[in-house]
Amino acid sequence: MLAALDGARRLVTAADHAAQTLGLAPGLPLAQAQARVPDLHIEAADPVADLAALERLGLWAVRRYCPLVAVDPPDGLLLDIAGAAHLMGSEQVLAEDLVQRSRASGLSARVAIADTIGAAHGLARFMGWPVTIVPPGGTRAAVAPLPIAALRLDAALVDRLRRLGFDTIAELEATPRAPLALRFGALVGRRLDQAHGRLAEPFEPLTDPILIDARRAFAEPIAAAETITRYIGKLVTALVERLEAAGLGARRLDLVIHRVDGGLQAIRVGTAAPARDVRRLTRLLVDKIETIDPGFGIELMSLTASLTEPLGAQQVGTLGEPPVTDIAGLVDALGNRFGPDKLYRAVAVQSDLPERAVRHVSALAPPSGETWPQRWPRPSRLFAKPEPVETLALLPDQPPVQFTWRGVRRRVKRADGPERVFGEWWRRDAERAAVRDYFMVEDEAGERFWLFRSGDGEDPATGDLTWYLHGIFG
Amino acid sequence: MGQAQEIALADLRAQIARLEGRPHGSAQALPFAVSAVDRRLPHGGLALGGLHEVAGGSLGAVHGAAAALFTAGILARLQGPVLWCVRARDLFEPGLAAVGLHPDRVIYVEAGNDKNILLCLEESLRHGGLAGVVGEVSLLTMTASRRLQLAAEASGVTGFVIRRWRNPAAAADFGQPTAATTRWRVTALPSTPLPVAGVGRPRWFVELIRSRAGECADWELEACDAQGFVALPADLADGSLAPAAGRGRAVA
Repeated sequence: MLAALDGARRLVTAADHAAQTLGLAPGLPLAQAQARVPDLHIEAADPVADLAALERLGLWAVRRYCPLVAVDPPDGLLLDIAGAAHLMGSEQVLAEDLVQRSRASGLSARVAIADTIGAAHGLARFMGWPVTIVPPGGTRAAVAPLPIAALRLDAALVDRLRRLGFDTIAELEATPRAPLALRFGALVGRRLDQAHGRLAEPFEPLTDPILIDARRAFAEPIAAAETITRYIGKLVTALVERLEAAGLGARRLDLVIHRVDGGLQAIRVGTAAPARDVRRLTRLLVDKIETIDPGFGIELMSLTASLTEPLGAQQVGTLGEPPVTDIAGLVDALGNRFGPDKLYRAVAVQSDLPERAVRHVSALAPPSGETWPQRWPRPSRLFAKPEPVETLALLPDQPPVQFTWRGVRRRVKRADGPERVFGEWWRRDAERAAVRDYFMVEDEAGERFWLFRSGDGEDPATGDLTWYLHGIFG
Repeated sequence: MGQAQEIALADLRAQIARLEGRPHGSAQALPFAVSAVDRRLPHGGLALGGLHEVAGGSLGAVHGAAAALFTAGILARLQGPVLWCVRARDLFEPGLAAVGLHPDRVIYVEAGNDKNILLCLEESLRHGGLAGVVGEVSLLTMTASRRLQLAAEASGVTGFVIRRWRNPAAAADFGQPTAATTRWRVTALPSTPLPVAGVGRPRWFVELIRSRAGECADWELEACDAQGFVALPADLADGSLAPAAGRGRAVA
């Protein structure tokens, strides 16, 4: 439990879970708390160290999630994830990852994603569950049922409003604004507007002095796409010079754009391997230029290498050898457009089950050198979900005589099999007895299909004798 | 053909190549190592640095299993990395590895829709450094194919478009002209008969529907082996059996 001086009194400022179950909550005078529970463990609160720790956490979030992160003292972080969530997959994935990782390091975190800072702030603190995601445009409905304490007003003001019967934001929102402002000051109205996105809110992003960056301020605001492209090129050149001096290559670049009206925008691009090539990095950023809304003009652009890895000098080429074009640039460009998980290479896995025989790795992962055994025929197309077919077949180990797939009946002319595949009992209990018998069958026209029967045809525990079509041979 | 005629022909070819803006003699080709096929192709093989269209016949127009293997067999015989753009995940990599396309060489891109696949194809063709680029699309317009063909010519990367449609009826679209260098249709045929029960080496009916500066042709071939080579069926190689005559040619 933490305690601090507030005027002449000592108050409880934070209580852990055990203390809260004993009925001790922040705001309680310390003397009263000690009277209730005599053997309390009390530490002096240290707001300065708390803020420093929060900033450290914020910088971690910059490296991991998005370029624009601000601290929201005493206990919050604000992340501007616009344009950055796709690198993690989706907003949901990002939020869950944040909660998981905080939990792993002993912090309990609650995350809310909303259109406005005010809404996200309130939802994160007053919804009872770890992750809240408000779809775009759903802010009004989402914040309506929240208590007015979610509006970032000080405790005394909240208390006065509560005494007048205001409990939720919806009630406050429905009240005429003028009398409210007259009685409680302009703050209530401003917070309401900020939560609903009617009023812009300043956002002071954290910067990490360790990261390598380049920035450029403009005497005259710029807005044209060509001008922005030119200055991106200059920033990248400056950044690459510094990276070179430090012997580093960029894995991720953040371009932050400061608009004349105070708005901030960020573009984040990633590379699959550390890179220091001006042309390639410029292209990655210029590809995203259409996402920039310059508004009334841009007055400052800063480019930060938020993730770097050591990259030594490389020999460009030797005499007489044709230059080998590096495809890493292409992989990065496509990865930034479609998402890094949409670009992959296949690696062989030692498993007889076709679904598990393939694993996907990063497109630029070192070659494994392994391939699949060539003893058994494998189709060139495999259905993600085997499709049930109706068949006529003799038990226990004959291929079907005919089968009906997608409404077309096919007579089997030739067949090969069975290839028996056993369930992987070490993975799941349900697979302990499971058996599949695979057959390659050819119909009269010459189309070749991969069918399997679930079960060995004798023991009902191995499967229910349903037939499935799993793939098509060429 | 007389000597004078041949010289005149070579001269004309050089003139055409100059008009098309590529240096004469740069056209490289990958032979199929089946003389019956290579004889019918200009430069004695599949032109590298061009765009080729491959589609499946009958049900293959939908799943494109044979078309994918035919393409993979060609790529297996080239050196270097390959980019394969698909709409969704249904390729089975062990099947492609069985015709010699090693998994370490192939980068798959799930681009989601035709528009993105064409974008991805053009960008990778322009980039160079790849042995081949494959895209699976249903619609390929003249403009789109022209862009891809020019990109392939400029960089020397060979491009393949596997045409797949939602239903076999939509495959009539394959009759529309495109700027591709060649256009192939690969249809599964009953496999080579075995003296015992079982499925022998698969066979394909391979049609060359369009070939720039060449003629149409069709062959009955044995499917790609573990090195990616197609072969002439043994019972047809010595001419003891008449080859299947011009089946399904009317569509072109």
